[in-house]
Amino acid sequence: MSLLEVEDLAVHFGGVKAVDGVSFSVREGSVFSIIGPNGAGKSTIFNLISRIYRPTRGSIRFDGRDITRLAAHEVARLGIARTFQNIELFDHSTVLDNLLMGRHVHRRSNFIQDIFFTPKVRREEHIHRTRVEEVITFLELEAYRDKMIAGLPYGVRKVVEIGRALALGPRLILLDEPASGLSVEESREVAFWIEDMRRDMGLTVLMVEHDMSLVAQVSDHVLAVAEGRMLAQGSAAGVQADPDVRAAYLGTEAA
Amino acid sequence: MRVTFKTSYDRDIDLHESWRQRGWIALLLAIMAALPFLVGEYYLAEATNTLIWALAGMGLMVLVGHTGQVSLGHAAFLAIGAYTDAALMNAGVPFLVSFPLAGLAAGLFGALVAIPAVRMSGIYLAIATLALFVIVEELVIILEPVTGGIGGIQAPSIMIFGMEFDRYLALDRFYWLCLAVVALVTWGYANLLRSPTGRSFLAVRDSEISARALGVNVTRTRALAFGLSSGVTGLAGALMGHYIGFFNYELFSIFISINLLLVVTIGGLGFIQGAFFGAILITAVPQIISILRDTGSNWGVDLGTIPGLDTAIFAVILIGFIIYEPAGLYGRWLKIRAWFELFPLARRDMFRRQKTYLKTERMR
Amino acid sequence: MRAEAISPRRGHDVIQLLIGGIASGCIYGLVALGFVLIYKATEGVNFAQGDMMMLGAFIALGCVNSGYLGLAFLPGVLLAAAVMGGIGYGIDRLVVRRIFGQPQFALVILTIALGFVLRFVAGTIWGYTPLVLETPYAGQAVRIGGVIIGVEDIITILVTAGLTLLLWLFFARTRIGLAAQAASQNQLAAYIVGIPVRRVNSLIWGLSGAVATVAGVLYASKGAIDPNIGLLGIKAFAAAVIGGFGSLPGALLGGILIGVVEPLAARYLPGGFSQMSPYILMLIVLVTRPAGLFSQIQAKKV
Repeated sequence: MSLLEVEDLAVHFGGVKAVDGVSFSVREGSVFSIIGPNGAGKSTIFNLISRIYRPTRGSIRFDGRDITRLAAHEVARLGIARTFQNIELFDHSTVLDNLLMGRHVHRRSNFIQDIFFTPKVRREEHIHRTRVEEVITFLELEAYRDKMIAGLPYGVRKVVEIGRALALGPRLILLDEPASGLSVEESREVAFWIEDMRRDMGLTVLMVEHDMSLVAQVSDHVLAVAEGRMLAQGSAAGVQADPDVRAAYLGTEAA
Repeated sequence: MRVTFKTSYDRDIDLHESWRQRGWIALLLAIMAALPFLVGEYYLAEATNTLIWALAGMGLMVLVGHTGQVSLGHAAFLAIGAYTDAALMNAGVPFLVSFPLAGLAAGLFGALVAIPAVRMSGIYLAIATLALFVIVEELVIILEPVTGGIGGIQAPSIMIFGMEFDRYLALDRFYWLCLAVVALVTWGYANLLRSPTGRSFLAVRDSEISARALGVNVTRTRALAFGLSSGVTGLAGALMGHYIGFFNYELFSIFISINLLLVVTIGGLGFIQGAFFGAILITAVPQIISILRDTGSNWGVDLGTIPGLDTAIFAVILIGFIIYEPAGLYGRWLKIRAWFELFPLARRDMFRRQKTYLKTERMR
Repeated sequence: MRAEAISPRRGHDVIQLLIGGIASGCIYGLVALGFVLIYKATEGVNFAQGDMMMLGAFIALGCVNSGYLGLAFLPGVLLAAAVMGGIGYGIDRLVVRRIFGQPQFALVILTIALGFVLRFVAGTIWGYTPLVLETPYAGQAVRIGGVIIGVEDIITILVTAGLTLLLWLFFARTRIGLAAQAASQNQLAAYIVGIPVRRVNSLIWGLSGAVATVAGVLYASKGAIDPNIGLLGIKAFAAAVIGGFGSLPGALLGGILIGVVEPLAARYLPGGFSQMSPYILMLIVLVTRPAGLFSQIQAKKV
């Protein structure tokens, strides 16, 4: 069964067609990758799904429900979490607090209870913390728990952002270039985590990535886009062999 | 350097990590409570003033320090608090009712104003609050039957269960009243910061875009922060009204808004403690200047003839802090403490600031 | 039939009111231009712009008035503009540049504090009692078809129009103007392609100081000045916001709009509304069109 269905999605900025008629569907429990040269509109597709941009045309359905017109913060509540290409963490908080912020959709207390810190708030905090500790163990972040984000190395911050998305307890996770800027070892680790997310947590993963070895290793399904349009869809090997895809990559490299 | 060995999640959830810290807080509170027996009338009045400024400072800190919104018009909420409280008490409402109502009125007004205002980004919000301030100031003059117009209004003396808490007749009690209010608000503020609400404030401050992606309703969170901020500031305004006694719109000038910003910036943005450090500074500087004036006149230099010297000195201090110590007094204190704890291992570049290029928020 | 006899005179009244309003609106507009110049180039807002106008007016007074330097009017004003340009350059060079990279509101607070310092400086030199700038056209008026217009109003409008044109040419045609535009869109990129971003910023601050001086002189030719006239800056803000912060002509139009609305509100609405009208107008614009009436700003790219 498909968890996410995107149909004829398009967005225009001024005269620029950043995304133009993209359709795909992501099967529940699979890893789906979007590849393409720089400026192909990959991140824009993510921003459309997480409702940062308003599509000019088309529809997005999640678990059978139309989310095309939802507000950005309502999407998270349905169980869609994401990371950002350029890391958008809360720089002046600790790793622990960043992960706890990922639990926002699960809060059960209102601000008045928070001000008086009622026993209920404390109980809830224990639950949030237990969940967050599971994420910390999974991503091996124990050493950084109390560290400020601002002083952390790039690779760790990248992992913390994945952790924050996982803390939300999502059904679908959108990873925007999870391996960019990482060393070979680090991106191999990312590959293992993606495998684990799918196998052990039952997550569906939608990913934008440049690193073709990572894409080939973890993806069930690959979509290639260029200049906002779809080029090819299918298995990683099939898409890589597609003549249009090769032309798109070579074309940009020649330019 | 002390390391706390944590054995339960509660150690992180609790306000203070160790009994040692709790002891310090208790000692501080005890000294504050005993102050009327330790100092004379004059300094007790100054201490009361400092407490009121700290309260107002905490109000603005929620907004500027913890949600990253700048308000240049917080004097408006001081005014709303002061006038609501005084007008209600003049109508016969007891202080225990009028005081919370004053905070509520300021808070609701703030939240109401905030709903359109919070959609604006930084600079626009700052200017909108400035405009709001001018409008409230004019309204105070127009609504003469309630506010006394240009003539002003008397804040009646406070009676609680038949006990008098007047600022002039029973200063020690008025001081304790202010201390109790400040202690309660500080406790609530600290609670807020360790709870989901506080985390959502920080999230909105540091990255609006990922706050949204995590399910935070940014507009509502900002409006809540604005409402809480103006509510606490309103409470401070009510106390300020009682502290002054008889006041008119001139008490809440644009300079008060600026002074409040000074309190939170110099004190240390993003720390509750910063509001207290800032309040101490802002009430101490005029004292120091007047002492300097006295010594100056002894030496034949008459500083008293230079008008506007106070504000100019404030301004220069503010500029100095923004350039050389953006973390404020509290930030400086943390660094000094860390230096002593690590002695002799502290390095000069430990707190080196990272210079970053302006991140643009626009595409043209 | 009596109404016919009255209506032409009432018409004259309104025209006089409008021209006076446009003239004061031009002054608001010029101060707003100063904000926009700095905002366009550095993405910072200079809350001391009103006080720079005040200081400019006083420096001009110091150059021109017989009790001080006693220069001829035009050279005196030009000298004042040059001095103020230097002060603007210096403020950026010595103070503002040091907080390069700090959050936007740091500059807000910094420039507010600077405003206080400027006010203190002016108060210490020229005192707090209102002074009058000696202009060659003081008190003169022309009569056009029954409408009496002060010469200072006409000069204000003409000078503003000319200055706006010059600024537009500066940004559209000169190398520094184009560099400033590039720097405003992406400081890092401008830096990389070799634009001396910091020097351009300082030059823009200087330019903004000179524009503030012109505004100050025009303001002073309409009445007495004291160190607190810088508070007019708040109204100029409203003008800049109404016009959309990034737009030079927008700032001017916003200023004129406010200048016209104020006397009309004073005449037709109950007391107090006149003072509030610019801000109410601004809040309406902020709520309905948050980016101003002449906006060019779009959302941040993620």
